[in-house]
Amino acid sequence: MRILRLALRRLAASLPTLLLILMGMFLLLQLAPGDTVDALMAQMGGGDAALAEELRRFYGLDVGIAAQLWRYLTRLVTLDLGFSAIYGKPVATVILERLPPTILLMVSALSFAFFFGLVLGVLAARRVNRWPDTLISTLGLVFYATPSFWFGLMAIVLFSVYLQWLPAGGFYDITMGYTGIAAMLDIARHLVLPTLTLGLIFLAIYLRIMRASMLEVLSLDFVRTARAKGLTETRVVARHVLRNAMLPMVTLIGLQAGTMLGGSVVVESVFALPGLGRLAYESVVQRDLNTLLGIVFVSALLVIAINFVVDILYARLDPRISAES
Amino acid sequence: MTAPLLSVRDLRTHFMTRAGVAKAVDGVSFDLAAGEILGLVGESGSGKSVTGFSLLGLVDPPGRIVGGSIRFQGRELVGMPPAALRALRGRHLAMVFQDPQATLNPVLTIGAQMALAVQAHERASDRAALDRAAAVLARVGIPEAARRLSAYPHEFSGGMRQRVAIATALLHGPALIVADEPTTALDVSIQAQILAKMKALAAESGTALIWISHDLATVSSLADRVLVMYAGRIVESGPVGAVLRAPLHPYTRGLLDSLPAMATPGEKLRQIPGAAPSLLALPAGCAFAPRCPRADAACAAPPPEVAQGSRRAACHHPLEAAA
Repeated sequence: MRILRLALRRLAASLPTLLLILMGMFLLLQLAPGDTVDALMAQMGGGDAALAEELRRFYGLDVGIAAQLWRYLTRLVTLDLGFSAIYGKPVATVILERLPPTILLMVSALSFAFFFGLVLGVLAARRVNRWPDTLISTLGLVFYATPSFWFGLMAIVLFSVYLQWLPAGGFYDITMGYTGIAAMLDIARHLVLPTLTLGLIFLAIYLRIMRASMLEVLSLDFVRTARAKGLTETRVVARHVLRNAMLPMVTLIGLQAGTMLGGSVVVESVFALPGLGRLAYESVVQRDLNTLLGIVFVSALLVIAINFVVDILYARLDPRISAES
Repeated sequence: MTAPLLSVRDLRTHFMTRAGVAKAVDGVSFDLAAGEILGLVGESGSGKSVTGFSLLGLVDPPGRIVGGSIRFQGRELVGMPPAALRALRGRHLAMVFQDPQATLNPVLTIGAQMALAVQAHERASDRAALDRAAAVLARVGIPEAARRLSAYPHEFSGGMRQRVAIATALLHGPALIVADEPTTALDVSIQAQILAKMKALAAESGTALIWISHDLATVSSLADRVLVMYAGRIVESGPVGAVLRAPLHPYTRGLLDSLPAMATPGEKLRQIPGAAPSLLALPAGCAFAPRCPRADAACAAPPPEVAQGSRRAACHHPLEAAA
């Protein structure tokens, strides 16, 4: 109950932020030269001014910017994201088609980074300043310093071209026509390299945070108390240290959800994944304002949802957080 | 005479710091009988807490027991394999720490922390462990103990938290509890309650107690015998009444004189001049000599042991010697 109240209050606080993001995005996009109709006409191979005017009226681009913004926001209240002139479909449909690869990629990269960051961080902290710590910390630094697009390309060269273990790109193999379990395994195989590429940098961050956090908690008095009670070292770490040490990691997930979504644009481009990131890039090129705004809206919702989960998790982990404070 | 419960001989615990070797405990010897209450008194940095940690094998690196012997219930603790020492800790040999704010885990319930302590030494179901915890909490005077098990440390007051820590130490009915300034962080009124409770519980269960404190007043109301430590060594020991009435060592005299209760109202408190010596570079002779009003050239040599009945002091010029 206490946790739910806290989370709901945080959710309410994020609504004005969402509104500001959308308005800012809308106005910024007006600064870019050309609009949807220009892009459409270019694709059609040109046309006369009358046709352009007709199209502008059809897509509601003939009124002032303020009126367009107002129209967009009032439609948004009914969860209507508008129509994409470029794709000839409602924006909601376009986005829903592109959402699964991105969400799968984010969930797998986040889980990978969190799990291995935790394990490696704990290992490094338990052997602090000895060779396992040095090895893990150095690897972490290398992962952190490597640009993800370069890592992605090198992974393709090594694992796809040279060793031929994994596919170089795409979300699934359309030539095989898999169904059921086989289709899931096929998608999983396609996601291995993108997950590693997107996740490694976050793994490096999590492992540094976890190592530092473990070392700090290990030096606290209650750890000595736990040892004085005669607990085994494993139990001291598992029951007393881990939960306290995980708090900064959990905070970090919420903070980096947006960064991760940004990173997935690069990774989706490198691995030709039909995800939200690629869609955003294409929408910018094609001046597809409605789609772009829809992506911003959905991305913001995604980040808010992740932060909502993180808040609940954090409150569960730390009983000192209360709805009152 | 039967063998004492605890027998410490020439214990030396040093910290290998970057600046050199800090001799936090340097040649401490004492005996403790079953059920006895021993006060261990000294200023900050005198090595009293490190002595306590050494007994349980809880000295953190870069600290290390470099020599001496600790015999507890007939077994040698120095050099004992970690697993064997762990099995002893909390079961036969427990510890209560100074700051109850920091010594309880903030994210676990009181019940969970106490149940972990029960299950560290016995195969007990969670239910049975929690029942045990509730029973001991009731003994240390926590009302509605069973209900409070699901509370978190931040929901308790300082005094209550320290009662929880004491209850945790009592869970397995240990033969010895080392209490490291357990009342220092508490209000005076709460201090008195905890002291009385501790004394009653120790008497009731026959538990021996080492009470580490910088406060002579609390020690005098609790202990049978007192050890006074200075710069890693014991400078005076004896029955608490006799030592406080007529100390042999000038340092003990200085400690007593600096107690506000001993001062004449309106007069300045008498302080011991100077500061405790650096543990990195202790003088070859008496470590207290630079601050001692009775010091002379003889004090540059290691002080001899002066015996007076069951009392001992390490001093070239003891007060009222052989009086």
